[in-house]
Amino acid sequence: MEKQAIIKQHLEFSREDCYHCGEACPSMEVVLGDKCFCCEGCKTVYEILHAHDLCTYYELAEQPGVQLTLPSSLEKYSYLDHPEIQDQLADFVSEQEVRLRLHIPQIHCASCIWLLENLYKLRPGINFSRVQFLRKELSVSYEPSLIQLKELVGLLASIGYEPAINLGTHSSTPRHNKELLYRLGLAGFCAGNIMLLSFPEYLGLTAFEEGEFSQFFPRLNLLFGLPVLLYSAYPFFRSAFQGLQHKKLNIDVPIVLGILALFGRSAYEIMSQTGAGYMDSLAGLVFLLLVGRWFQQRTYDSISFDRDYKSFFPLGANILKKGEVESVPFHTLKKGQTLVIPHEGIIAGDGILLSDAAHIDYSFVNGEAAPVKVEKGEKVFAGGKQLGTSIQVLLRKEPSQSYLTQLWNHESFKENSAVSIGELANHYGQYFTLAIIAISLLAGILWLWIDPAKAAHVFTSVLIVACPCALALASPIILGNAMRIMSMSGMYVKDTGVIEALTKLDHIIFDKTGTITYAHLQHISWEGEPLTTKNISLIYSLVHHSTHPVSTSIKSYLEGQPTEIFQVESFQAEKGRGLSANIQHSHVRIGKANFVNVNQLYKPSQTHAFVSIDHEVIGCFILGNTYRKGLKKMIGELENYSLALISGDHQGERTNLRTLFGEGVPLLFQQSPEDKRAFIQHLQQQGHHVMMIGDGLNDAGALKVSQVGMAISDNNLHFSPACDIILEGKTFSQLPDWLQFAKTSISLVKAAFIISIGYNIIGLSIAVQGHLSPLIAAILMPISSLSIVGFGLLTTTLSSPKKGAE
Amino acid sequence: MSALYVLIGFSLLIALGFFLSFIWAVKSGQYEDDYSPSVRMLFEDESLADVPTSKANQKPLDL
Repeated sequence: MEKQAIIKQHLEFSREDCYHCGEACPSMEVVLGDKCFCCEGCKTVYEILHAHDLCTYYELAEQPGVQLTLPSSLEKYSYLDHPEIQDQLADFVSEQEVRLRLHIPQIHCASCIWLLENLYKLRPGINFSRVQFLRKELSVSYEPSLIQLKELVGLLASIGYEPAINLGTHSSTPRHNKELLYRLGLAGFCAGNIMLLSFPEYLGLTAFEEGEFSQFFPRLNLLFGLPVLLYSAYPFFRSAFQGLQHKKLNIDVPIVLGILALFGRSAYEIMSQTGAGYMDSLAGLVFLLLVGRWFQQRTYDSISFDRDYKSFFPLGANILKKGEVESVPFHTLKKGQTLVIPHEGIIAGDGILLSDAAHIDYSFVNGEAAPVKVEKGEKVFAGGKQLGTSIQVLLRKEPSQSYLTQLWNHESFKENSAVSIGELANHYGQYFTLAIIAISLLAGILWLWIDPAKAAHVFTSVLIVACPCALALASPIILGNAMRIMSMSGMYVKDTGVIEALTKLDHIIFDKTGTITYAHLQHISWEGEPLTTKNISLIYSLVHHSTHPVSTSIKSYLEGQPTEIFQVESFQAEKGRGLSANIQHSHVRIGKANFVNVNQLYKPSQTHAFVSIDHEVIGCFILGNTYRKGLKKMIGELENYSLALISGDHQGERTNLRTLFGEGVPLLFQQSPEDKRAFIQHLQQQGHHVMMIGDGLNDAGALKVSQVGMAISDNNLHFSPACDIILEGKTFSQLPDWLQFAKTSISLVKAAFIISIGYNIIGLSIAVQGHLSPLIAAILMPISSLSIVGFGLLTTTLSSPKKGAE
Repeated sequence: MSALYVLIGFSLLIALGFFLSFIWAVKSGQYEDDYSPSVRMLFEDESLADVPTSKANQKPLDL
């Protein structure tokens, strides 16, 4: 243990942040002038930008860069050469110009915008580029004779902004709801003008009452009211009608009744010259209701929640045809073709490995953390990621027939979410509507006895005043604001209904790999005698020659320390056992216990790589899963929920997980995607409300059937399966706070309901007595709505966990 | 008093003008991205001097 501390300390001394991306520099080796970089990738980006006079990039924001994960080669993008794929991607194609939009998830700050909009300085042929920040989209126009699409994408990747190009992203681009803005603008325009024209009425200017204007102003108001009724209020009519078709009284039914009563009564009064009408209230009401809708409808364009397997695969693949590599669109792949899969490429379909050996990462497909080694002639499956150098695979099935796609096409994925999410407002709206109709009829009938002339007046007054504007605004404003607060911390909720579902949960089910552990970060530590500089160099020189995942882990672990690469003699790699070689007159062996000759007891849960130098064991590297930060504390805070862990991986980590989760929590291992789904459905049959938290394709079924499916994402670029909530990995440990916040929000909505019902009682008591005048309506209705909006915004912001922590 | 008809006519025309400009703003996508314009306006136009040379073969970008 002490030795580790020494090594760490050594690292700490030389640590400085990378000039490009702000990551800590493990070694001081990558230096240019007085600037230090964490890796060659970042240095290259800096050099590119420096050479093109683009260093303003570093002045706009501190260390704005994105760390390059892998040196990308153009080979990876060769499928973009295919004209069919180009047509699919581009918005406009001609010989002189191609325009297209690329989704770039890495866009995150002002510097990104600046650099991406100055692309034309980097390469001739790029005419123009513009960033759409909220959608994280780059619109580019380029000259195809000067730069190819492949080169453009390669250029973006080389400066750290690799576009996400796959089948899913381009089939549908989310369009902003402009319609709602038009309706909102029109309602606002009319409301303002009507109020202005109603001023004489408000102020009781008698000169106008008798004069020629007494008819002119109200009739102008009626004219302004028409477009509000016919165009702006249309969504409410549609929604109420749809509700009635399904025999449901939703909140829009009393709203529509109120709107119709307002308009009908006003039109009658104005035409019969008996009054000034309520057009100001009508326009104001519709305007405020639309503001509520707009608040609720602000969506996250850059995130899509309903993705299927198609978005996981790239648009095209490389095949071998008559000895030459050729790119073809994904959907034209046929059985019997030979796929060429580059480093980090995704296997498009089930097949047989033609190359000698390969390491394939199936963590996304089945949850196994460690890469699988596949020998020549063995089967490989679609969805795996290839880790070594380029391999060849003979396709045995077309992509649409692969195990992965079959899994996805299982009927459970087609079912809609088992539980319909009842919206609070609609739930209460039902009783509300019935009550309003009853009260208005009752009051109308009563007045028939008292004063038949006033009966119709009272009947419509009740409908007008009872129009549940405040009630209808409460839930969109409060839950919409809660959604926005959550998104600022990296929790993206699909819609407001999900917040409601969050409050009813009693079970939370976790996946292991990628969910409670970091997806691709293997924890590695050294146990044994302290590593001398010479030993470090010896080990480094040996693992340097191997591409085995354990070797690469050890290599990256040692990378920060002063190493020399020595000449290696008689290098031997024994399959599944270890490496050995003679280096600097020493015999170095790294591998399994029996390979290095140790009889030490060790935990089978972890991978050990023992090291011996000249047949003397000096220690071992231990590789294991890294759990997310704050996991233990978080599990402690979730004591009110029943927890369970359900993993596709082997049970190597069982003892660790047992101590983390405590006794009595079911820990299930080696579960197929089908098992996971069945487990959740079983819980649901017992009447439980279940949240599934997962990340991979193997969780997709479980995410879909659970009441709330939450996908964890460490990198926006990564695909995440269809779900209700996307949670950024860094926010994971705050989950209990957010669950609590969801509950608070729902209580706030209920509180707002009570306030709005209070307003309604006041209004109704006036209306039932027959005292409602346009002036009272013009004051009461906006006050009730605006106070609810103010209440909602203030309370949700104050009760957010962020505020509480400060 | 009949001057009021004319004045109201004018005020409505002006209001209509603002309404139409709102519609134009929505149509031209100004409500789609409310972040990047706020940053973009702060970028230095340091390339103004070499615009004629480096952009010689380009079309004008905006209007």
